[in-house]
Amino acid sequence: MNRRNFVNIFLGSSLVGTIVSFLYPVVRYILPSKRIEASIKKVTAARLGELAPNSYKIFKFGTTPGILIQTKEGELKAFSAVCTHLTCNVLYESETETILCPCHNGRFDLSGNVISGPPPAPLESYIVEISGEEIIVSRKT
Amino acid sequence: MKQRHKKSSLVFILVVPAVILSALTVYAQTNSCIACHREMGDELAMPAEAFKLDVHQEFGLSCSDCHGGNPAEEDVDLAKDGTFEGAPLREQIPEFCASCHSDSSYMRRYNPSLRVDQLDLYLTSGHGKLIKEGDTKAAVCTDCHGTHGILASSHPKSWTFPWNIPDMCGRCHADKDFMKGYRIPTNQLEEYEQSVHAYALFEKKDLSAPVCNDCHGNHGAAPPEVTSIAFVCRQCHPSTGELFSKSPHKTVYDELGISECEACHGNHKIFPPSDDMLGTGEKAVCIECHDPDSKPYQIASRIKKLLDDFIQQTDSARDLLEQASGKGVDVSNPMFKLREANTLLIMVRNLTHSLDIPAIEEKIQEGEKVILEVQEAGQAALKEATFRRRGLIISTFFVFLLAIALYLKIRLIEKKNQAK
Amino acid sequence: MNKFLKDALIYIDGRFKLSALLEFAKKKKVPEHKHSIWYYFGGICLFLFVIQVITGILLLLYYSPSVDSAYESVHTLMSRVKFGWLIRSVHSWSANILISAILIHMFSAFFLRAYRKPRELTWISGFFLLLIFFAFGFSGYLLPWNELSFFATRVGTDIAGTVPLIGHALKNFILGGPEISDVTLPRFFWFHVAILPLFTVIILGVHLVLVQVLGMSKPISLSDDKVREVPFFPNFILKDMLGWLLILVLIGVLCVFLPWEIGQKADPFAGTPLGIKPEWYFTFMFTTLKIVPSHILFIEGEVLAILGFMVGGLLWMLVPFLDKKASKEKKSPFFTWVGAFILLYIIVFTALTYLLPNL
Repeated sequence: MNRRNFVNIFLGSSLVGTIVSFLYPVVRYILPSKRIEASIKKVTAARLGELAPNSYKIFKFGTTPGILIQTKEGELKAFSAVCTHLTCNVLYESETETILCPCHNGRFDLSGNVISGPPPAPLESYIVEISGEEIIVSRKT
Repeated sequence: MKQRHKKSSLVFILVVPAVILSALTVYAQTNSCIACHREMGDELAMPAEAFKLDVHQEFGLSCSDCHGGNPAEEDVDLAKDGTFEGAPLREQIPEFCASCHSDSSYMRRYNPSLRVDQLDLYLTSGHGKLIKEGDTKAAVCTDCHGTHGILASSHPKSWTFPWNIPDMCGRCHADKDFMKGYRIPTNQLEEYEQSVHAYALFEKKDLSAPVCNDCHGNHGAAPPEVTSIAFVCRQCHPSTGELFSKSPHKTVYDELGISECEACHGNHKIFPPSDDMLGTGEKAVCIECHDPDSKPYQIASRIKKLLDDFIQQTDSARDLLEQASGKGVDVSNPMFKLREANTLLIMVRNLTHSLDIPAIEEKIQEGEKVILEVQEAGQAALKEATFRRRGLIISTFFVFLLAIALYLKIRLIEKKNQAK
Repeated sequence: MNKFLKDALIYIDGRFKLSALLEFAKKKKVPEHKHSIWYYFGGICLFLFVIQVITGILLLLYYSPSVDSAYESVHTLMSRVKFGWLIRSVHSWSANILISAILIHMFSAFFLRAYRKPRELTWISGFFLLLIFFAFGFSGYLLPWNELSFFATRVGTDIAGTVPLIGHALKNFILGGPEISDVTLPRFFWFHVAILPLFTVIILGVHLVLVQVLGMSKPISLSDDKVREVPFFPNFILKDMLGWLLILVLIGVLCVFLPWEIGQKADPFAGTPLGIKPEWYFTFMFTTLKIVPSHILFIEGEVLAILGFMVGGLLWMLVPFLDKKASKEKKSPFFTWVGAFILLYIIVFTALTYLLPNL
């Protein structure tokens, strides 16, 4: 094969290789993959049946933690899990049916209000909705 | 008939407003106490100036309500009538203030939520007892609340607002010369200012942090007894206290008369507790009582090891994430998960007060699950970093091939042009 | 295969009547001399612009232009979308490289007097393109809605507000209100993806047509000489592409080793972070405004400086008409000095912003 043909084939194949190596990321980018939640307005916190009565789960609401509680009576409540005192993660204490911050014993009731301890403000409460099998938590505003 | 009506209406129009106006003028007339004292200047004017901000003034009270006298009289001798009491002596001040503040039916009119037992409490306090014995150096109401510019305790400039209290108590208690003769130390303020509570109050502006009166009481102020210190700490640290009470330390400390929390954490100079306090190392508190061969010594050493291992795992998980982050991969999701491990670490540190190794181990296992997840995410992130670099090499390789091909093509064409 | 291509070309030519265009293209030549390396920069700008359009369109798939979700959508892009980190980082890095290329292109055209007759309109359209791309940069910078971009936008629009007479109305129009608010982000998005691209298409179109019709300008020193010329197609284009490939590699390396940061979500009520400044290409103006004295005679220093920049920009745009010597194909050293001074000023003041941040 002469010079010219060689260069042309070389050019063509390297061009194809370059285009493929650039097109591959673009195609992967465009194709939808498993469900991605971009907005923090709504988050799937759990699935139905995941929580037993009088228990809780910490879930991710955007970039901050949230707490999802199923009360003894089976009602679902969700709050921001960031304690308003010194930002420790709160948890749910099933014996007292209150939300407790283990750092300095701040305690909140099931409306998010401060019952005792140093927290200066109530926990931000979220709206809980059930959509099919999923428990969706969303911001109030 | 018409004329009489005219006259009576004239009277009405002139007299009634005059009466009302003069009543208003009398009402609006400055208090003669304040008017005179202002004119006198210097020390005697101070009460009148300071009273402008006083909380009593807000409720419509004034000089005569405490000191007696007649503020309507301009002449000083007439003003200082039979009801005039003047300034009380130091030892009389508690009863002077209590004449209103201990009268619940009186106080109810102004602020029903205010307590009325301050005098009773005061008489049980260290200060109150000294005053009864005739020692006028001891603090009375005005030393802490001020005299004429008294602000409510909720006002940030009040001497009794939380972040003003340490210095206020320190005015006497940190003054070595003043406290000569009393057999109590004078370094409490200095020690408190180094403590984690002072840091929380002054640096973080956390008004829930304890100051002198939170542990000592305010009106009934007295140093807490050995057995009661622990109750005081439990006001804010109840879970720690509970765990301690369940531990074998409780009965032993009570028998030995050791004051629970204070023994390891101190009273005024309470530092944020460090992990070095646990175990058998140099700074550990356990070895202050326990000998090297004893079972408690072994337990101490086991607890420290559990904690250290857990911390090490958390740190190495964090390092992994930071490594991946340094390589450009976003790790905000696993970093978020790591917060849970931190919360569990705080709970484990709390649990050490119980000396309950099975409980500690259980918590640590929970933490280890979290850390495992984080580590998996970290490894995945590192893999992603490698994937990106590989991708870059591959695409760059093709680009270079293409560049060489282009260059060759250009040379070929230029040769062709030259040949033409 | 070749026959197929030949037939295809004949088919298309029959319908689009391209043969005249193709003849013109074949004849187009580019001078080759010691300064011809600067010719590549126009093509580099175009190439980078195309990259911006492509990556911008891709970003549109996942970006959400509302204050509640903009930051989170960028975060998702960087952490969850496959190759989202790459598309976004390419877009951010290329923006900066593009502005650099535009500045190099502009100054090289200036020093080579490419603006002289008959290319005055090429220069003027280029000047408008400069402003358009500054606006692209400014509007795009806010879109991730993070702390840095929020406050940089506030600083920038505050300065716009101090322009005499129209400043207040201008700021209001840009921000959609007196302050940055919820409506500002969708407005900046509108500017960035619709209005500015529209203007770009029109003005870039004019600019490119002029370049094609008038060909490359030769430096005045060589205007009498016989200079070697190479065909635009395929020689120059292939060399162009070589340059583009190198830039692609540069961008790739930057994106893998220095991916663009997500930052902290903007909090309008938080205090302004220390040392806040606009993007680097605005910093020479920003630092000038910082060090100008508060009053010169009776006029506010800031206002005088802004007016100074506006007048300076106007003069810069009109330089083809001011440089009479160049239009007569004569050397104009005065304008070389002016250009050198301006370039030095920009470099020094940009550097000062970073070296002495506490001016």
